[in-house]
Amino acid sequence: MAYKDEQLIEEKVFKDPVHRYIHVRDRAVWDLIATPEFQRLRRIKQLGTTNLTFHGAEHSRFNHSLGVYEIVRRITNNFADRERWNREQRLLCLCAALLHDLGHGPFSHSFEKVFKLDHEQFTQKIILGDTKVNQILKKVSADFPEKVADVIAKTYSDKLVVSLISSQIDADRMDYLQRDAYFTGVSYGHFDMERILRVMRPMDDQVVIKSTGMHAVEDYIMSRYQMYWQVYFHPVTRSAEVILSKIFQRAKVLYEDDSYQFQLEPTHFISFFEEKVKLSDYLKLDDMIVYYYFQQWQEEKDDILADLCYRFINRHLFKYVEYNPDPQINAGMELYQLFKKAGINPEYYLVVDSSSDLPYDFYRPGEEEERLPIHLLMPDGGLKELSRHSDIVEAISGKKRTDHKLYFPKDRIQAIEDTDLKKRILDILYGKE
Amino acid sequence: MLDNHAKLLYFFSKAKQVTGRKKLQKMIYILQQCRVPFEEKYQFHFYGPYSEELTLRVEELCNLNFLNEEKEEKSNYHQYHYSITEDGATFLNQFKVNIPEIEDRISVLQDCSARFLELVSTVLYFSYLPREEIIDKVHTVKPKLKYTDEEMNEAFQFIDELQDKSSH
Repeated sequence: MAYKDEQLIEEKVFKDPVHRYIHVRDRAVWDLIATPEFQRLRRIKQLGTTNLTFHGAEHSRFNHSLGVYEIVRRITNNFADRERWNREQRLLCLCAALLHDLGHGPFSHSFEKVFKLDHEQFTQKIILGDTKVNQILKKVSADFPEKVADVIAKTYSDKLVVSLISSQIDADRMDYLQRDAYFTGVSYGHFDMERILRVMRPMDDQVVIKSTGMHAVEDYIMSRYQMYWQVYFHPVTRSAEVILSKIFQRAKVLYEDDSYQFQLEPTHFISFFEEKVKLSDYLKLDDMIVYYYFQQWQEEKDDILADLCYRFINRHLFKYVEYNPDPQINAGMELYQLFKKAGINPEYYLVVDSSSDLPYDFYRPGEEEERLPIHLLMPDGGLKELSRHSDIVEAISGKKRTDHKLYFPKDRIQAIEDTDLKKRILDILYGKE
Repeated sequence: MLDNHAKLLYFFSKAKQVTGRKKLQKMIYILQQCRVPFEEKYQFHFYGPYSEELTLRVEELCNLNFLNEEKEEKSNYHQYHYSITEDGATFLNQFKVNIPEIEDRISVLQDCSARFLELVSTVLYFSYLPREEIIDKVHTVKPKLKYTDEEMNEAFQFIDELQDKSSH
């Protein structure tokens, strides 16, 4: 039997708190899960620093990747007898779902910002490069790694396949919303996925939703909206992200300073500092490695690096105030100078964080063809964009959804000995001018 | 602080007015590919390279009243026009924006249709491939747009000229 058709003698299952069971029957899927590149995802937390706010959020990219695979498995089963579904695409969908986050690194959002990297490019490199994952995909067929990489990169010819894994109502989002809600312990993020799966219909270039299932989709959009504000954009999590970025930034500055000698050489980060990252360097990094350095760097001679690492490891985070740059721009510049005067380096200790700095998004109706919107399949066979039919979604889509926060170490400000300087800084920050 | 917002405002201050969200997305992407240091992250979507970060940043600039967004009703969709406001210009004046001269390139891009910019940005997205493979890829990912050989040639020539401007 060809490897692509090979089935395990007995179905394997993973117990999962969100989907109850994750079922594996395909030999190729089972073999992919066993690769070192996929097992590495066990050591990368799905939500990065969110566990500092919601202590339950310790789940990994491994959990999530299996979850996305399971949702796509159920969708392709449901589609099996539908006219517009090409059954030949089933294994491709499953593999792309399983591997879609393969290139994520530790704390990838902050890490990628500082080192100007893109995890999606690493996903491509792992799938197409000299890896175990590539060897297994090649056993399916010589061009199978390219096909999987194209689906994940959204450049595959069959858009319907792409839309299962990446669209505004895809398996990726349906898994992470439920999984993140479960592990953070919040009561938002729940929606009737079974119902959505039942009303999904394959069309020529996207999955659409039968109009009778609109309320289930409204619930999904609501949960996406609530999770954004309550979990993903939580100001305390953002504070930890700000510190994390500043640690990477400081370590790079010190590495580039020939006169500075690290107590613990940043061996794992050197290729990142020098912007010559090889796939093998990238695959060696995980949350554990990063934590090890941060733990050790608390002892560094450089006060800034040591302090930032102490803050991150011990959850001694920055405080924040709402920041509106429009009337406050001069105040922001004055603060910058006052911090300098107080001996607090504003490059590391005075940070504006904006909603656009986050990797999560809201539902967009896709005006002017920005992004493909969710389409409802109407009884007459026509398609209608969701927000044009749903008052709830229309209301949410029109909401103002941006904000800016200013982060700073309040403890350092309170320790300033010059009382006038301290008062002036606090007055600006807390609006007592 | 807010350097990326300031860079975008600088772009709008030079462009005067940008019509169409799709056109805006493609203009910034093309400039980025010409080594103008915009930092918005792009991914490939149904309509070519698209940056959610840019969409949200523009929304932030509008909410801060630094950018004016006008919505125009079209037959079956809305079209958006963007221009910098007085507040935006005041904000921008307080920044030292570290961006090379881009006025010429903006004006060239302004004269192009959104359809053509979609082609150019898609070609650039696949620029790591040989020319023939890029053409195949464009036809694969955008079969409905039915780009002609002439348009393809025009896109490649346009990119050469634009990159030539960047190197001077």
